[in-house]
Amino acid sequence: MTAVPFPGRTTTLQARRSRRKHNVPLILGLALFGLIVLAAVLAPVLTSYDPIQQDLLHPRLAPGSPGHLLGTDQFGRDVLSRLLYGARIDLRVGVLAVVTPFIIGTLLGLVAGWFGGWSDTLIMRVVDVVVAFPFFVLVIALVFALGAGTGSIYVAITMVGWVAYCRIVRGETLVAKEQEYILAARASGLPTWRILLRHLLPNVVLQAIVYSMSDIVLTILAIVTLGYLGLGVPPPTPDWGSMIQDGQQFLLTQWYLTTIPGLAVVVTGLALALIADGLVERFSRK
Amino acid sequence: MTLLEAHDLRVDIPLPHGDLQAVRGVSLTLDEGEAIGLVGESGSGKSITLRALLGLLPYPAEITGGTILLDGKDVTGLPERRRRKLLTESMSMVFQDSLTALNPVMRIGEQITETPRHRLGMSSSAAHARAIELMHQVGIPEPERRFRAYPHELSGGMRQRVCIAIALSAEPRVILADEPTTALDVTIQAQVLALIDGLRREQRLGLVLVSHDLAVVSQTCSRVYVMYAGRVVEDGDVHDLLERTRHPYTFALLRSVPDPDQPMHRLLTITGQPPDLTDPPQGCAFAPRCLFAEAECEQQDPDRVQVGPRDHHSACLRHATAAQWPEWSEQPDAAANVESNLETAP
Repeated sequence: MTAVPFPGRTTTLQARRSRRKHNVPLILGLALFGLIVLAAVLAPVLTSYDPIQQDLLHPRLAPGSPGHLLGTDQFGRDVLSRLLYGARIDLRVGVLAVVTPFIIGTLLGLVAGWFGGWSDTLIMRVVDVVVAFPFFVLVIALVFALGAGTGSIYVAITMVGWVAYCRIVRGETLVAKEQEYILAARASGLPTWRILLRHLLPNVVLQAIVYSMSDIVLTILAIVTLGYLGLGVPPPTPDWGSMIQDGQQFLLTQWYLTTIPGLAVVVTGLALALIADGLVERFSRK
Repeated sequence: MTLLEAHDLRVDIPLPHGDLQAVRGVSLTLDEGEAIGLVGESGSGKSITLRALLGLLPYPAEITGGTILLDGKDVTGLPERRRRKLLTESMSMVFQDSLTALNPVMRIGEQITETPRHRLGMSSSAAHARAIELMHQVGIPEPERRFRAYPHELSGGMRQRVCIAIALSAEPRVILADEPTTALDVTIQAQVLALIDGLRREQRLGLVLVSHDLAVVSQTCSRVYVMYAGRVVEDGDVHDLLERTRHPYTFALLRSVPDPDQPMHRLLTITGQPPDLTDPPQGCAFAPRCLFAEAECEQQDPDRVQVGPRDHHSACLRHATAAQWPEWSEQPDAAANVESNLETAP
């Protein structure tokens, strides 16, 4: 710009942009989550112990013992390496078991909200049926029927989890489709798929993304719960859920065996919650 | 030649307590390159009329009668999808609030290029060039830079220019503008109006301008339709309408804003509320608020009759007394007539 007739406008624009750059929750959340992912990826570098190698001569060593930073469990397995390798399993299952329900639920919600009529009725009645059962009852029943293992966990959580996204996106779609820019898009004769995917979707998906962040934590908790019931990741593969369960019997003497993986779950949850908050701040239209 | 015509158009909105008759028999004609204006207060049915013309009525409103003719061909009988395609391909719409009419999460460049790309089948680079040309045409400085801006980064006037560029990108023959300047500052209003009018002349576009402001419409349009309670109460050449007003509603609208040439005139207010259109009155819908209503006005529904040359029509039983209206309205008890009417109204 050669002349700046309204310097105020330019500065407010810059101020707004810089305020966005300093989105503390988002940066903090991403940093924390990045650190966790990095630790999981670099597990073989960070620890020299095999997470399933037992050392029955040195069971239940306290944290800070020589060679074992976080101690060992009842079979003498290094807790740190189990924690890091467990993160690999839990994060992968957590993220993957959220992606498919997210996609399915979002698309079905979009269709139900936009077209209404019989498609809406059909989709929402199926949602009602799924919602009628408590989450864990249905997941446990499905995993039980499909057989324990990560594959069954994906399928079970997808079959139950999509309804939340469907409801969120349908609600948002019902509001957004009355907006003038949607009317404007229809008025310019654009094809329906284009209006749905390019105009409607980006405006309705934010709430679903925010929910998906907490959903990852819920999924990790579900895996933990399934592990506790013997339907989770089969032993001796490390995951935070089975670590908590295994350590439970030593809670009074070796409290850290349950507390350390528990903290890992809490910190992961915190990181994802911060990301969700940051996303809302970043994209909310004020 | 006649581009767009509506005959006795009726739109109902089904509501739980009965059908709201939003548009009750509106007829209008738009010639190629002509600008017509629809004027009326909120709820008079002007915006609904516009959306009916485009085939995009908000749910659950629907056309229940009358015909829409595009190039002399009746499109009302066509299947919904086909009709909407025909109508949206020859008409574009400019909305009142440019902030809500633009997709907030899409760069404006993409919004301008999308109709050329996805409906007219242009290549991405051709559409880009076309968008830059359009942005230039509607007076957006530095189009290349603005191309990547988001709607919230532009001022209201700029955004409305973007909306106009989007409307033009569809290569329409008619522009439907729904209160395009209402959300803008007065200084910007004139600029945007001049822009729309200039483009219309240049490209011989038809323009239907909806506004509640008679001044805005009279600047731009050659013919004006004044709407009240879902009907056209007076229509005609803009000069005839302003200088030889033949309907009390138009008269009251004109007298409700100060006229610098007639500083001694009393400003009129239109007291009361428009009628409930789920149960329209038997007689003239404006009678309870009319300064000049007689007993017969409450009983008899006035027909639209020719009241002057150049297709000047009015739907008022007492249009012949129009010459005395200025004098009557100056009388101190003029409003008392209305007050008593409103009191006896159910």
